[in-house]
Amino acid sequence: MEDKKSQIWAFIVTGLMILISLIYYKVNVYYIYVVVYIWFGFAYGMMLQYGRFCFASASRDLFAAGVPRMAVGILLGLIFFSLVAAFLTANEMTTFHAGPIGIHEVVGGLIFGVGMVLSGGCASGSLYKIGEGNGTSILAIVGISFGQAIFADVGGVFNKLLPKEWVNNALSQTRIPQEKITSWFDYFLVGNVFRKPKMTLDEAGFMSGFHGITKFLLSDAIINTIIPALALILIIYVFYIRKGFLKKRAKQKGGATGFGDELSGIWGMITASKRTSLMGVLIGLTAGLHIFVLKGMQIKFGIFNFGELLERMGHVSDLSTNGTVFDPGYWYITTQEAQFGAWVLEKFGWNMHDNVYFGFSNGLPEPWRNPALWMSIGIIFGAMVMALLNKEFKFKFPKGELIAWGLFGGLFMGLGARVALGCNIGAFFIRVAGGDPGGWLFGIGMVGGAFLGVKFFNWWSERKMAKEMEAF
Amino acid sequence: MAMKFEKTGEGKYMLDVCGYVCPHPQIYCKKSLEKMAEGDVLEMIFDNPSSAETIVQMLDQAGHELKERRKEGGKIIFVIEKA
Repeated sequence: MEDKKSQIWAFIVTGLMILISLIYYKVNVYYIYVVVYIWFGFAYGMMLQYGRFCFASASRDLFAAGVPRMAVGILLGLIFFSLVAAFLTANEMTTFHAGPIGIHEVVGGLIFGVGMVLSGGCASGSLYKIGEGNGTSILAIVGISFGQAIFADVGGVFNKLLPKEWVNNALSQTRIPQEKITSWFDYFLVGNVFRKPKMTLDEAGFMSGFHGITKFLLSDAIINTIIPALALILIIYVFYIRKGFLKKRAKQKGGATGFGDELSGIWGMITASKRTSLMGVLIGLTAGLHIFVLKGMQIKFGIFNFGELLERMGHVSDLSTNGTVFDPGYWYITTQEAQFGAWVLEKFGWNMHDNVYFGFSNGLPEPWRNPALWMSIGIIFGAMVMALLNKEFKFKFPKGELIAWGLFGGLFMGLGARVALGCNIGAFFIRVAGGDPGGWLFGIGMVGGAFLGVKFFNWWSERKMAKEMEAF
Repeated sequence: MAMKFEKTGEGKYMLDVCGYVCPHPQIYCKKSLEKMAEGDVLEMIFDNPSSAETIVQMLDQAGHELKERRKEGGKIIFVIEKA
């Protein structure tokens, strides 16, 4: 009976998404752009839930429990995504753009990494866990949303802490209107981060002798992504699996082990959790397809940003002064949540347009016209459908310490994502696979932050265990 | 909501982490097993499906035996023998 009920709810949720898509299409054909975001979000949500795909879990389970399945799944996803991305770049069918490279990514990644361990899920993981009914993850997304929105707009006393150089740089530039540069974050962006170099590896001097698909495959996919990913898989095998596996193998064989056994060990590690590894591959391929479809939509409508379509439909109040809204063109989390937080705060009288992040760059569309926000909603509902079909949906109201972990973890993730200009997806997964070496800087910071988070939780749980064991 | 780790008999323990989400169930499982002696049995009760995969692999790698795995409503129950 319970099984039947879950199935019915899965069909109801899917039906609702179909209905929403049809309504959007009926209202205006331009909204098909939003519908594409909805359904890629839905697909990500299903895959994330099925594979338990979470970047927090990748480093946390490795450090806390010595379990590498998620780290391996993510690295496999990167490898497959990079191959598709290189093909798309070579054919000028990509929406990917490199980000500024600098120490801010390591710092942002570190803060983000601590946050994702505290809250129990990364930015994408928290969304899929909401779909499973996890109340702590709702709090994490609340923390991400409002943490970012407030951080992006707060100035006043914080501006006194700004380095003189950032202020001078911001004041001397003419691209961004001075009246929009008001918050600490604005000066950080305009006076520091926006001035940093951007590049994908195919633009490096040593690649000038290569052309066409060879150039992008060799630089962006093989050198920037596949070799480092394979090296990491090997390192994880050596440090976490090899000793135990070879000991078992030697016992089974009753003798020494060789190179063939090493290969079996690596393969065994990759296939230890088939659903995670398989979803890693599928997510990588889907992320590539997502870029391809959105680029196709942009070509069809003759646009570079969804803001142009909103303008054609008369929704100019949604746009930034730059005439755009946040439209990443690929899988992305966090900025759309920040927009939602800012939208809510504006309802309470907070002016969120007087800054660079919302006012000049990303705009503040109504949530129902925000394409990236619909992608996040799609992730939640896609995960919900998968959880319902697998009888794994259960609403868990956050209680006790989990309330604090969820909110503070979300807040840390939000701050980290703003400092680094992205989260585990936008600043790491997409950037690395797109050939941007800066993505690895965020990854290093994120893993370092997760390590600190695990250290903290180890200390915390040890204290609680000791208390419990006083009774015996 | 509070985690419970109790001795229920000679060489028998119970860990209840219902309501907890990642990473708490896997961390408490690991910590509990560290406190137990070889051959002791742990009954672990939790309700976070995402933790199950990690715990199964963690047990496999450490050589602990997952003697029983069942679902009761929304709860997942693992019976683990420490190696």
